[in-house]
Amino acid sequence: MAPSVATPPPERPQAAPPQGKAPTKAVEGSSTWSMLDRIGLAFCWALGLLFCAIAVAIVVYLFLQGVKFLKLDQLTTPAATGFSETETGGFSDALIGTIIVAVMGISLALPVGIAIAVWLVEYGRPAPLARVTELTIEAIAGIPSIVLALFGTVIFSSTALGFLSRSNEGVVFGRSFFAAAAMLSLVALPLVVASTRQGLESIPRHVREASYAVGKTKAATIRRILLPTARPQVATGMILGLGRIIGDTAIILVLLGATQNFAPVEGAVFPFDYLRGAGTTLTNFVYEASPTGNLNQPQKAYAAAFVLLLMVLGLNAAADLVHRRARKAGTWSH
Amino acid sequence: MEEELQPEYGPKWSDQRVERMLGALVIFVVGLLLAMIAVVLIRAWPSFAHNGLAWFGPGGDVDDELNAISLSGQNGTEYVWTFHAWPLIWSTILITGGAVICGLVSALFVSVFIVEFAPTWMSNVLQPVVRFLASVPSVIYGLLGVLVLVPFIGNQLITEPQKASVAGVISLTGYSLLAAVLVLTVMIAPLMVSIFTDGLRAVKPGWVEGSLALGVNRWRTTWKIAVRAARPAIVAGTVLAVARAIGESVMLAMLSGSVGFAPNPADGLIFIYEPSRPLAPTIVKNVDQLSSKPANATLFAIAAVLLFSAAFCSFAGWMARRAMRKYGAA
Amino acid sequence: MEPLSAPPPIRRLDPQDPIPAREVVLGVPTNGNGAAGAPAAGGFTAAKRSIAAPQFSIRRMEVDKVSIHYGAKEAVKGVSLPIRQGEVLALIGPSGCGKTTLLRSLNRLTELTAAARLTGSIRLDDVDIRLIEPTLLRRRVTMVFQQPNPFPMSVFDNIAYVLREQGSRRTKKKVLAPQVHSALQRAGLFEEVKDNLDHPALKLSGGQQQRLCIARALAAEPEVLLLDEPCSALDPQSTAVIEDLIVKLRDDVAVVIVTHNLQQAYRIADHVAFMYLGDLVEYNSATRLFNAPAQERTREYVSGAFG
Ligand SMILES: Nc1ncnc2c1ncn2[C@@H]1O[C@H](COP(=O)(O)OP(=O)(O)OP(=O)(O)O)[C@@H](O)[C@H]1O
Ligand SMILES: [Mg+2]
Repeated sequence: MAPSVATPPPERPQAAPPQGKAPTKAVEGSSTWSMLDRIGLAFCWALGLLFCAIAVAIVVYLFLQGVKFLKLDQLTTPAATGFSETETGGFSDALIGTIIVAVMGISLALPVGIAIAVWLVEYGRPAPLARVTELTIEAIAGIPSIVLALFGTVIFSSTALGFLSRSNEGVVFGRSFFAAAAMLSLVALPLVVASTRQGLESIPRHVREASYAVGKTKAATIRRILLPTARPQVATGMILGLGRIIGDTAIILVLLGATQNFAPVEGAVFPFDYLRGAGTTLTNFVYEASPTGNLNQPQKAYAAAFVLLLMVLGLNAAADLVHRRARKAGTWSH
Repeated sequence: MEEELQPEYGPKWSDQRVERMLGALVIFVVGLLLAMIAVVLIRAWPSFAHNGLAWFGPGGDVDDELNAISLSGQNGTEYVWTFHAWPLIWSTILITGGAVICGLVSALFVSVFIVEFAPTWMSNVLQPVVRFLASVPSVIYGLLGVLVLVPFIGNQLITEPQKASVAGVISLTGYSLLAAVLVLTVMIAPLMVSIFTDGLRAVKPGWVEGSLALGVNRWRTTWKIAVRAARPAIVAGTVLAVARAIGESVMLAMLSGSVGFAPNPADGLIFIYEPSRPLAPTIVKNVDQLSSKPANATLFAIAAVLLFSAAFCSFAGWMARRAMRKYGAA
Repeated sequence: MEPLSAPPPIRRLDPQDPIPAREVVLGVPTNGNGAAGAPAAGGFTAAKRSIAAPQFSIRRMEVDKVSIHYGAKEAVKGVSLPIRQGEVLALIGPSGCGKTTLLRSLNRLTELTAAARLTGSIRLDDVDIRLIEPTLLRRRVTMVFQQPNPFPMSVFDNIAYVLREQGSRRTKKKVLAPQVHSALQRAGLFEEVKDNLDHPALKLSGGQQQRLCIARALAAEPEVLLLDEPCSALDPQSTAVIEDLIVKLRDDVAVVIVTHNLQQAYRIADHVAFMYLGDLVEYNSATRLFNAPAQERTREYVSGAFG
C-alpha cells in the first residue's frame, strides 16, 4: 500500500475552529433522519400537544361552564321536582352521597387491600394460593363495573342481607349506600393492593431481618415497621382508589337507586336509616341531568361536573404531594 | 395429626394467628370472585338455554325483543326469551376496536415521546396531563361528548344529503360511532400511556446504548430496540385498555346513540356517523327491568359475555407475553 | 439516501508521525534510545509477540487534552493520544481508572450520561467529533461493550439489524445472509450457531454473546473499532480467534482495545496507553512500555501484574 498524503475532501466540515473557542456542538438532531423518521417525530409532537390541548380544553371549558352555572346554594339545597332549572333545587344530596360512598368504599377497600398485599408479600404460602390470589386481583381489576353492579343486586337482595337495605314484607330492595359502597370497594381494591405491594416489596430484606433480630414477631414487624415504611405507597393506592370510587357511575346507577334525593328507611336509627336507603352521587346526578338522562338540566349537569372535576383535581394534587414527599424523604438505596 | 408447636407464652397477635386470619381473608376474596362468576353464569343460563347460539346472531330488532322480554316478565304472561344480540355485539366490536386501535397508536407515540424525545419541560408537562386524563370520571367525558362533540358532529360534519340518504333506515343526529370512538380513545389512551412509559423506562440501557454505538439513530433505536423490548408492557397495557373499553357503560350509554342498530360498513364512510349501542350500555339502559325475570336473565347473559370477553383478553395477553419471552424481552 | 451511507474511509498519513520501526520478537534488545533503563520485567522476555510489525500507520483520531467529569468527579484527566489505523492501541490500567469513560467519549456515548461533561477535543480525521452528527460518527466509530449486550432477538436479527438500519434497502433475509454469515465467521462464532441462526441471542453463553456483539460491530464496517474488554468472558481458544481477528483488522480499521490482560495487550497491541486514576501515565510502543517503561508507575503496574 502506498500511503499518500491526502487532504480531507471538501464536503467534510473543516478542521476544528481556532483553539480557546469551544466548537458549537452537532447535537443529534433529526436532520440526518430519513423523511419517514422525521414525520414520525412530528407526529409525536402533534400527539403530545393534542393530549395537552385536550386536558386544557376539558379543564378550561368545565371551569368556564362551572363558573357560569354553579351557584353556591346548589351545594346546600337538595334536588326538587320542578319544570324549569330554577325550580329544581341543587344537588346537595348528590354531593354528600359522593362523600359517603367514598368514605365507606375506601374504608372497606383499604384494610382488605392492605391485608391482601401483606399476605402476598410477607406470607404467600402455599404458593399456588398466592398465584391464584394474584390472578384474582388482576381479574377483579379487569371486570367491568357494570358486571360488579349486577352481581351486587343478587347479593344484596338476598334475605340474609336484608338489614343492609330497605326491605318490604320479605322482599329486599337491595339498593342502598351499603350495597353501592361494598361493590365500589371492589373497584378500588386492586389499586390498593397493587400500590401497597409495591411499597412492601421495595423494603429491603435487611430491614425485616433487623427487626427479627431484636426479637420482634413477624406480625409486629409488619405493623410497626413495614406498614409505616410503606405508608406513602398505601396513601397513593388509597388516593387512586378514591378517584375510581367517586368517578364510578355504573355501580351507583344500579345499586344506589334512581333517585336524586336521600331516601332514608323509616324506623331505623341514624345514620343507618340513611345508609340503608337509596341515594345519589355527583356522577349519578351528572348522568341524569345530562340531555340523555331523565332530568335533562344541562346547566346543572355542568355545575355538578365542575364540582366533580375539582374533586378529581384535588385527588391528583394529593397524589402528587404524597409522591413528592416520599421522594424527598428518600427511599432505600444500595 | 401432629401437634403444632406453640410458644409457651406469646403476644396476642401471634404469627400463626395473623397468618391464618390473613389467609382466610384472601380465600374469602378468591371465593367472592368465583361466586361472582358462578352467580352471573347461573343467572344468565336461561337466556342462553332458550336461544342457543342464535343469542349471538342477528335477527329481528333487538330493542323490540328486549321490550317484549321485559313486558312478559312484568305482565306475568308466559315468558318471552327470544334475543339476538348481534347488533349490540357488533357495536361493541366496532367501538372497542376503533378506540383501541386509535388509542394504541397514539399511546405508543406519546409514550415514546415522553420517554425518549420530549424535552424535559415537555415530558414534565405531559406526565401530569396523562395522569389527569386517566382520572377524569367517565360521566364527565360523556357529558362533554353529549353537549359539545355530538352537536358538532350532528350539525357540522354530517351533511343534509347524508342524513337524507339513510333517512328511511336510521336518523343521524350526531350520536354516533365516531363520537363514541373518539371519546373512548381519549379515555383509554392515557391508561395505556402510563403502562407503556413504565415499560419503556425499564428497558435495559445496554440495549439502547448498544444500538446507538452502532450508529443507528435514536428514532430507529427507540422503535426497533426499546419498543420491541417493551412489548410485554405494551401487551399488558393494551389488554387493560381493551377490558376497560369493553366494560365502559355510562359514557357509551350517553354517546353511542342507544339504538339497537348494527352500523353497516357497506354504507360507505357514512357508517361512522351511524348510532348503535354496545353491550355494556344496554345493561345500564335496562336496569329498571331487573325485576322482570326473563329480562334479568338476559341482562346477566350480557354481563356474562362481557365477563368472558374481558377474561379472554387477559388470557390472550398472557399467551402473547409468553410467546415474546422466547427472545428474552423483559 | 446518500448521506445515510457511511463515507469511505480516508487514509491519511501524518508526516509528523513516522512509521515506527518495531521489533517482532521480544527479548532482542532494540532500544535505540537506550535511555529508558534496563528491561523492567523479566516475564516479557519469555513472551512472544505473535504478530508482524505494522505495514503502515495512519493517524485517524486524535485525543487532545480530554478531561471528563462525572459531576464533581474527574474520571479522565487531560489525556492526549493518537489513534492510528494500521496498528492496534491497547488501553490498560487498574479498575476504575477511566478506560471505559475515555473509550465511550470517542464516539460521543458519554453524552448519554447526563452528569458527564467533557473538555478538550477529540478529532477524527482532523474534524472535531463534536461537529459530526452523532449517528454518523457512531457509524464510523463503533463500540463493543464490557458487558455483552446482544439485543433480545435471534442471532441472525442481531446482525441483520445493523445492516437493515444502516440504510441498505433490501431487508430480505436471503439478501442479508452472506453479510451476516461473514460477520459471524470473522468473529469466530459461525461454526457454533450456523445450524440455528434463529436461536435467541440472549440464550447464548456469555462468551458467545460477546463474540456476537463483536460480529455486530464488524457488520457495521466501522473505520474505528472500540473494544472494551472483549475477551474478559472468553476461553483461551475464542480469545485467540478474537486476537487474530483484531490483528487482521488493523490494516482496515483503527482498533482500540481495553484489556486487563497484559499478556494480551502485549500480544496484539502496537501501542499501549497506561492509565492510572484518570491520568495517562505513559503512552508508548508495546515493547517499550512493557520492557522498558519510561515511568516508575508503569513499571510497578506491569511488573506487579506479571509477578
Ligand atoms: N455513569 C457514571 N456516573 C458517575 N461516575 C461514573 C460513571 N461511570 C463511571 N464513573 C466513574 O468514573 C470512573 C472511571 O470509570 P470507568 O468505567 O471508566 O473505569 P474503567 O477503567 O473502565 O474500570 P474497569 O476496568 O473496572 O472497567 C470510576 O471511578 C467510576 O466511578
Ligand atoms: Mg470499564
